[in-house]
Amino acid sequence: MAYSAGVDVGSTQTKAVILNEDRAIVGRSLIDTGANVIKAAESSFIAALGQANIDEEEVEYVVGTGYGRYRVTFGNSQVTEISCHGRGAVHLFPETRTVIDMGGQDTKAISVNAEGEIVDFCMNDKCAAGTGRFLQAAAAALDIPLDDLGPLSLQGQNPVKISTTCTVFAESEVLAWIGKGKKIEDVLWGVHQSIATRSVGLLRRVGINDEITFTGGVSLNEGMVKAIEGRLERRLNLSADSHYMGALGAAMFALDHVMTGRAPVGSEVAS
Amino acid sequence: MTVTAGLDVGSTYTKAVILAGDAELLGRAMNPTGFRLREVSQSTYEQALEEAGVREDDVSYVIATGSGRHQVDFKDLHVTDLTASARGACALFPGTRTILDVGGQTMKASRVDEAASVLSFRLNDKCAAGTGAFLEKTARYMGYTTEEIGALMTTSKEPVPISGVCAVFAESEVINHLSLGTAPADIMQGAIESLTGRSVQLMKRVRAEPEYTLIGGILRFETMGRTISESLEADVNVPEADMVQYVSALGCAILAGRRLEKLRSDDGVAAAARTPA
Repeated sequence: MAYSAGVDVGSTQTKAVILNEDRAIVGRSLIDTGANVIKAAESSFIAALGQANIDEEEVEYVVGTGYGRYRVTFGNSQVTEISCHGRGAVHLFPETRTVIDMGGQDTKAISVNAEGEIVDFCMNDKCAAGTGRFLQAAAAALDIPLDDLGPLSLQGQNPVKISTTCTVFAESEVLAWIGKGKKIEDVLWGVHQSIATRSVGLLRRVGINDEITFTGGVSLNEGMVKAIEGRLERRLNLSADSHYMGALGAAMFALDHVMTGRAPVGSEVAS
Repeated sequence: MTVTAGLDVGSTYTKAVILAGDAELLGRAMNPTGFRLREVSQSTYEQALEEAGVREDDVSYVIATGSGRHQVDFKDLHVTDLTASARGACALFPGTRTILDVGGQTMKASRVDEAASVLSFRLNDKCAAGTGAFLEKTARYMGYTTEEIGALMTTSKEPVPISGVCAVFAESEVINHLSLGTAPADIMQGAIESLTGRSVQLMKRVRAEPEYTLIGGILRFETMGRTISESLEADVNVPEADMVQYVSALGCAILAGRRLEKLRSDDGVAAAARTPA
């Protein structure tokens, strides 16, 4: 059996996925990126190998992706995370034509074709507003674990209106609302609404077609799912592997190489 | 002697100034604003009164400014930050034609005439990258507090470029620099220089002309004034020590005196008009 791997070094978390030649996921891992990016890439790869119960030598090709993709020192080539999320999303949900990827520091709206190739995309490249960091800021300000934000927000009845754009100022605004006696649930629901509004704006810029697949770490947050679905008045495709979509796409590109012997389409550098 | 007061409830600090006549500073006080704006306005005012050695009843007129000015219950009038800072800056430096005010959550540039009237202005209050919050965040990523920034920067030898695009994205940049062994002082100085770049841009947009007066909490870091001066290739006025933070409150207190004078003369005219010849 031949194997391929994808390692997605994100700003906040690093994900690794191992695929077998039947395109089935046999190993995955997720760790915090931290300050040592090279080490994070290695550790997540080793953990995924452990879960797959295979040796490093059995993995024939590794594609690195994410902002730290050039720090995947053992990677054979690199593909942008935009291509990887598109590829991964269409693999899991073939009718996907639009992808919303919400990560720790950026949010991307991607339009793809039936092959999972990128047609168009747009992202927040200058500003952290509308990204996972906005949620982190709210969680830090309120001293609530990040994982509790979604469930708590869903208990909100009357969302407050978050007026600040900047993630840094949002922290003060969240506390100001609490100071005015608003319920934490309502403040959090307001925070989710504010991020949803920005991401739907991005989606509209690339155009919304057929099915929309939600990927990236924030897709695990039910509150965000409901907030975006509410704005769009339609359902989003979600998978337990949504968080791993970039790594999965990278592993798919790597598998192309394993099966055909050619460098993955869209790969930047073959090292 | 007429006693007036100026209150400046900023996003980060609340400042109060008690003034006698047009120029004699009797007392001042400053506290972090926090989230209870009414309370902090009241307590800062009381501290300034105490330092001035006057009672609340002795104060004839109070003007408030700053983003929290509407929460000052005891004010007689409120004015915008731009009006207040123009009056304060021109009182300290009569030749002032351009003012840059860099606070905790806003950056403002304005051009004024010789009568301290605002001719044009530009401001950034939407993005932390152009404000003190950017420095605070940068310091915090490295484990320093805001109070330690000033001392830290004096040891900088070779500042590294820090992109001033987003205060959140700066974190990755700071971490990268630290992991490469860059000294925190050089990163901090790089952050100040990035803030300087944004300041000069904003000043150009109001067609800045000399004299330049720099005010606001961030100017208490001497290196900020110096890098702006270098970047403008011109001398700049910076109020001494912590007066940089009191300029708008001072402006309010001066405006309060003017206002009172006008009210009194109007009353006088009205009274004279009522008196039968």
